[in-house]
Amino acid sequence: MSLLDHDPTGVASAQNRRRKSTVRLLRTAPLPAVFWLLLSGRYEPLTLALGTLSVAAVCWLTWRAGLAHQSLRLAFVLRLPRYFLWLSGQVLVSAYGVARKVWSPRLVLRPVVESTPAADLPELSQVVYANSITLTPGTLSLDVDEDAIKVHSLEQAGVEELRQGRMLSRARRTEARG
Amino acid sequence: MSVIEVLSGVLLAAGALALVSGGVGLLRFPDFYTRTHAASVTDPAGAGLILIGLLLRVDAWDTAVRLLIILLFLTLTSPTATHILAHAARRDGVPMWQEGDRRR
Repeated sequence: MSLLDHDPTGVASAQNRRRKSTVRLLRTAPLPAVFWLLLSGRYEPLTLALGTLSVAAVCWLTWRAGLAHQSLRLAFVLRLPRYFLWLSGQVLVSAYGVARKVWSPRLVLRPVVESTPAADLPELSQVVYANSITLTPGTLSLDVDEDAIKVHSLEQAGVEELRQGRMLSRARRTEARG
Repeated sequence: MSVIEVLSGVLLAAGALALVSGGVGLLRFPDFYTRTHAASVTDPAGAGLILIGLLLRVDAWDTAVRLLIILLFLTLTSPTATHILAHAARRDGVPMWQEGDRRR
């Protein structure tokens, strides 16, 4: 009897779950679809069919990687260009530093591995911050934890600069709500 | 030559120089992790400079949009791949070069 009682709710929740994941897939689909149309610029049956296939593949991969719950906020997308501009400057400055090390007749390298605090970051900011560390020549994020990121740096100064937290606060502000 | 053409030429030359520096660094630096730093001179910095240099001399807007998309994807994928490589190397215990060690 208890089995019978249990069953309908189980079916209902499974259906519910399926409906939810369908909705999520439909939310994931438009972006790659628009992207495909923008890049291909052809509207023949074959290319459209191939496009549909690849959008479906992307949605499946997103679902499989457990990322379907992620969505971009408009405010974040609007703030991103300014962050990118600042980051490009940082990348150029530190690229110059590393290039100088490359060309110096005697290699002077003192690589260190240290962790730099990254506490209370939302998931997206964590990704932005860790990727920014890697993008900047001279520093490389090795391990991302809840409250810290392990950084390999060509010299102690790289870690010290991260600890001053300018990049962190900018990454945090980029995703901040409101 | 207009100002934009000169600027674009300067950016392209700087980008090429960054690419060569990254390549030389890849050969000179002693171990996996330090070489990764050298590679990151080529990837976001050198490639970015070249793409921006090209962006200044496009004649159709759709080419510009495509260049921007390439730039965007480069900045998204290259650090991700680098991070995964370094993470895997660390997990598998690839030794880290310290000052005074021999080259590997």
